Amino acid sequence: MENRPLEYDYTVAKMFMFTTVILGIVGMLVGVILAFQLAYPGLNLFLGDGLAEYTNFSRLRPLHTDAVIFGFTLSGIFATWYYVGQRVLKVSMAESRVLMLLGKLHFWLYLAVVASVVISLLAGVTTSKEYAEFEWPIDIAVVIVWVVFGLSMFGLIGMRREKSLYISIWYYIATFLGIAMLYLFNNMEIPTILGTSAAGESGIGAWYHSVSMYAGTNDALVQWWYGHNAVAFGFTVPIVAMIYYFLPKESGQAIYSYKLSLLSFWGLMFVYLWAGGHHLLYSTVPDWVQTMGSIFSVILILPSWGSAINMLLTMKGEWQQVAASPLIKFMILGSTFYMFSTLEGPIQAIKSVNAIAHFTDWIVGHVHDGVLGWVGFMIMAALFHMAPRVFKREIYSKSLMAAQFWIQTLGVVLYFTSMWIAGITQGMMWRAHDEFGNLAYSFIDTVTVLHPYYAIRGVGGLLYLIGFLMFAYNMYKTMSSRRVEESELQNASPMGA
Amino acid sequence: MFHWLEKHPFFFAVGVFVVIAFAGLVEILPNFAQASRPVIGTAPYSTLELAGRHVYIKNSCNACHSQLVRPFKSETDRYGHYSLSGEYAYDRPFLWGSKRTGPDLMRVGNYRTTDWHENHMKDPASVVPGSIMPAYKWMFTNKTDIDTAYAEQLTVAQFFSVPYNKEVPMKDGSKKVVKMGSSVADANALALAEAKVIAADMKDQDVKDAVANGDIPEIVALIAYMNSLQ
Repeated sequence: MENRPLEYDYTVAKMFMFTTVILGIVGMLVGVILAFQLAYPGLNLFLGDGLAEYTNFSRLRPLHTDAVIFGFTLSGIFATWYYVGQRVLKVSMAESRVLMLLGKLHFWLYLAVVASVVISLLAGVTTSKEYAEFEWPIDIAVVIVWVVFGLSMFGLIGMRREKSLYISIWYYIATFLGIAMLYLFNNMEIPTILGTSAAGESGIGAWYHSVSMYAGTNDALVQWWYGHNAVAFGFTVPIVAMIYYFLPKESGQAIYSYKLSLLSFWGLMFVYLWAGGHHLLYSTVPDWVQTMGSIFSVILILPSWGSAINMLLTMKGEWQQVAASPLIKFMILGSTFYMFSTLEGPIQAIKSVNAIAHFTDWIVGHVHDGVLGWVGFMIMAALFHMAPRVFKREIYSKSLMAAQFWIQTLGVVLYFTSMWIAGITQGMMWRAHDEFGNLAYSFIDTVTVLHPYYAIRGVGGLLYLIGFLMFAYNMYKTMSSRRVEESELQNASPMGA
Repeated sequence: MFHWLEKHPFFFAVGVFVVIAFAGLVEILPNFAQASRPVIGTAPYSTLELAGRHVYIKNSCNACHSQLVRPFKSETDRYGHYSLSGEYAYDRPFLWGSKRTGPDLMRVGNYRTTDWHENHMKDPASVVPGSIMPAYKWMFTNKTDIDTAYAEQLTVAQFFSVPYNKEVPMKDGSKKVVKMGSSVADANALALAEAKVIAADMKDQDVKDAVANGDIPEIVALIAYMNSLQ
């Protein structure tokens, strides 16, 4: 045996890096269009009257959320898994033909599902359940992709040389299990072609149409148990997996506290799933479920802040790195946004606050400071760290990266501040009564007053998208650069001017 | 224990699964034990109403409109009585929504009329100046898919005992029977009869002509559904 470091195989990681960038652009571009459609409704016709059915807000909105969640974020999760997994398990995918095959199958099946989702959503084929809009044929395809991912993941874990599982692996395993459980239960549906008429006819109507197994309040309960925890296992757990690997690697600092990691991991696993009820406050679900949702949402601050503080303290004594490296900046501001977002969420889950916040743009703002500031920043940081190692080239431009960081930060700040003001204004106006006890405003008053904030939100979103395009350009130039790195890179990523 | 788990991925995964599944067991299962029971006055959707519900879903109306009146004075003043669980007994899927860019529609049938909806879908700002809702003109020409609505009726009657062709109690003490066709042709005939009632209150001549010729544009089904929300 030669005494040299392992060579890892990044074929599949690279494939998912491409989809992360491309689907990120698609998802964010659609988001920017939607933001401006709300401020300027004429934009619903941006491709003309004839195509209005496919370009209006209501068709694009599910496309935006699904493209960002299942396109950008999930690709990022897969890309980092196929990079991090091999490295912390000390095994190369190239060592097993089966693993390579599973990895590639995973990618191509995933891409086929993404394509079918885009087409079906534009055509208006949807079950209407948020982030679970796919009809049964696509649901089955999603389950197959997920099983292939699971086989590929546990296959790699089974072959590992490193006996003990690193923290990131815990989170990837939890992502796999959590999404599997949630997705299966929430998407239980019966295809309506199974119905048979009294006259003996069967196979009636659209073959892809289905009806939910759950009705009304039960359906709502399952949906928000899913909806909230899809955030948990799509936007929190795997992103924590990323930062636990990439921050120590990039900064050369060890994780501050193992005990805190343990506490925050198992705490998060136990507490998160209870919190879904906070989407249903003042609804017709049982009161005790609503109360549990509220209380556990507040408790959720502990494990969330546990991870975030662990990250920030990892930089103890090394804060000059934050000033020096835009890559570290992304990770540290990402952690800060994570803290901010996981404080904001519990505040919104308090019943009296929720009475104002629910159904308003404040909720939209909350989602976006988490997704843009935490998820987006962390995935881009992860790809920036991976690029020099995967493509064996230094990052094309450090100054472009720094510019991107500030443009996107400004974008996020504009986004959430405008949505805070819009949401609270709207909530307060809905409930306002005049001195005679009558409603003070008609509904349309509460819509037209939001115009300036919708415009500002559009600008914020546009800045973020511009930053993302700079990211894509930087990645492209990095890949195609001629400067090849000779040796295995340690710690901080090499960057050009 | 944690160190041991970290060396045994299988047991680690089992442990994680048990911990995450716990909340679902406690919160969701008890509620399922009491399946949604309809309150008096809640009837299944007719064929045309269900087809209209499909049009509503197809265009993600629920992305901007809720169907859940919360028990606050401001909401009951604006929208009517707060929502009761049993009113959703036949809602598969539920359509509560999560965002009110536009107003709640839970009881829109009580305060908007057929021709109001017609104008609103054609040009929202014509009835609500300042509205940011896009127009849905294609609904006036796209044909309604009655067959799929019928297939859904058959399915929910078979799998979930939704009482089609059976008496359901109404608030005034009377009984109502919601009919479901015995064949595809029968279902289409039932839907057309309902559509004619709606079209009689509409102004668009093309829609009237289409219904007279036996075709049902999506707008007619959508309005039937809107009117049923009370």
